[in-house]
Amino acid sequence: MTTTLTKPPADAAPEPPKRSRGPKAARAGGQLHAGPVAYLILIVFSIVSLFPLVWTAIAASRDNNRLAESPPPFWFGGNLFKNLDLAWNDANLGEAFFNTTFVAGVSAITVVILSTIAGFAFAKLRFRGRGALMLLVIGTMMVPPQLSVIPLYMMVAKLDWTDQLQAVIFPSLVSAFGVFFMRQYLIQALPDEIIEAARVDGASSWRVVWHVVFPAARPAMAVLGMLVFVQTWNDFLWPFLVLTQTGNPTVQVAVAGLGRGYTPDQSLIMAGALLGTLPLLIVFAIFGKQIVGGIMQGAVKG
Amino acid sequence: MATRNDTAAPPTKEGGAAPGRPPADAVSPEAARKRARLSRRWQRDMRWSPYAFVSPFFLLFLAFGLFPLIYTGWASLHQVELTAPTDMSWVGLRNYTRIFDDEFFWNAAKNTLTIGIISTVPQLLMAMGIAHILNYKLRASTFYRVVMLAPYATSIAAASLVFVLLFGRDYGMINWALHFVGIDAIDWQGDKWPSQIAVSTIIVWRWTGYNALIYLAAMQAIPQDLYESAALDGASRWRQFLHVTLPSLRPTILFTAVVSTIGASQVFGEPLLFDVNKGSSGGAEHQFQTLGLYLYEQGWVNQHLGRASAIAWTMFLILIVIGIVNYVISRRLRASS
Repeated sequence: MTTTLTKPPADAAPEPPKRSRGPKAARAGGQLHAGPVAYLILIVFSIVSLFPLVWTAIAASRDNNRLAESPPPFWFGGNLFKNLDLAWNDANLGEAFFNTTFVAGVSAITVVILSTIAGFAFAKLRFRGRGALMLLVIGTMMVPPQLSVIPLYMMVAKLDWTDQLQAVIFPSLVSAFGVFFMRQYLIQALPDEIIEAARVDGASSWRVVWHVVFPAARPAMAVLGMLVFVQTWNDFLWPFLVLTQTGNPTVQVAVAGLGRGYTPDQSLIMAGALLGTLPLLIVFAIFGKQIVGGIMQGAVKG
Repeated sequence: MATRNDTAAPPTKEGGAAPGRPPADAVSPEAARKRARLSRRWQRDMRWSPYAFVSPFFLLFLAFGLFPLIYTGWASLHQVELTAPTDMSWVGLRNYTRIFDDEFFWNAAKNTLTIGIISTVPQLLMAMGIAHILNYKLRASTFYRVVMLAPYATSIAAASLVFVLLFGRDYGMINWALHFVGIDAIDWQGDKWPSQIAVSTIIVWRWTGYNALIYLAAMQAIPQDLYESAALDGASRWRQFLHVTLPSLRPTILFTAVVSTIGASQVFGEPLLFDVNKGSSGGAEHQFQTLGLYLYEQGWVNQHLGRASAIAWTMFLILIVIGIVNYVISRRLRASS
């Protein structure tokens, strides 16, 4: 963490001379070079973004008494692995990890497939009621999920799904955002001629989806999959309502349980919070560029 | 951008090859029948497959989106207890009149509004500024974008728990830092305004980078020649921002404002976990209880699902009103410019 933190200033330092060397080249590109002030703001903001995460690790590596002293610790102690181990076993995090990965994986795959075929229909096929249905999809993005929580809970209770993972999975299979996202992508990424060509070759609609749409949509599908995965992994309200800490918790429910239990061991809580966040941060470190690109792409044509 | 071209390229080749295939002309009667049959199947396919493609989404949406929405309205007119969710007795609008008389409802509504304002406004303003900087030619620009998105990858649960410690009254880092500038320890949990600011901080921290990326995307879609002609007219950088960037971003700003408003109306996890008393009342004096938390308290702690439904629908109605106001304002703005 610290090595990445010190990197940007090193990058930023040689910037001003370069700027004075070629102002013309910069103007030719149309885009202005950033000055030192811009870098300073970005670096401060980056530190603010990362600090709570780094400090979670610091607090998780200390013992509880040290956290109740002033000044608070700024550097790592020696208890990290002991605390991680305790949190892992205390909060049943192993099972929670398995559960969350399963839930997030199933909903990511399903949402991606359903959104792609629906998005394709909205982007490229003509059918009666298309406009009205698309309006409905966009409208549902505006409905707050809390509104559906009570009847969903009743349904789940009636089906005897309380504490079962399917209670979390089923409502997360619908994503209006996903349909919208894939539609926007496919309008541009899939030229009409390709579909027509496939049609001329005698391909049925399903074959077109399989052989033309899916290959063309693959980059967007990957991004949407990651976004849905992150969202489902971090989802709190609904899992918190239908799952208990003892029966099939997700990571978020288990971590929240650490904080709400009557063990006031803060370093243990921080160890749990760290474990709950780490997998996603690793995913972000690896696929960050693609995720950033995906969010930006989903946003532009909104 | 590169990926989009990659995917577009190979199928184009396929499309180019297709016309080369000889169309089957000059046919025997049998072949004609076969073709007629094929074309019937073809038409059926063309006609119905779009519905087949959108129906899984809409079936799931009916079951888990629309039905619950309507059913919440129905349940809000009944007395329903959590212990026996199928036992409903009609009470008309009594749930609504009750919550309107309830001081805790109004308290929660006010808290939701203030937390919404002090989280959404700075968040969007900062996001705009950062997006503007990120829009310059930068070294390591991807690095900043990914770093700014890291809070978005952090869950509400983990973030809230860390901020509880950072905002601790006696040993928290924020109070420790404040004493250097001569500010006495602030009770970030117990006092009304500090606690609401603290809860808002968690929200601002998690979402600013995300919104910055959305603004950045919109800024990059603005044609460069707009700036060039503004520069030729002698507009300063600041005036360019005011007269080119901001107007072009108006739809995006509206979009983020609507999404943030919806998000703010539902704030739940942050105040739930920020409460050191491990309760659901949002502090000892309900000082940071939001409507979302109040709904949870009524439904799952006090077990009155009917009343909780009425809260949910009231929240929905308030959102609709906000949405309409938003729409009217944006239309006015468009008309005046």
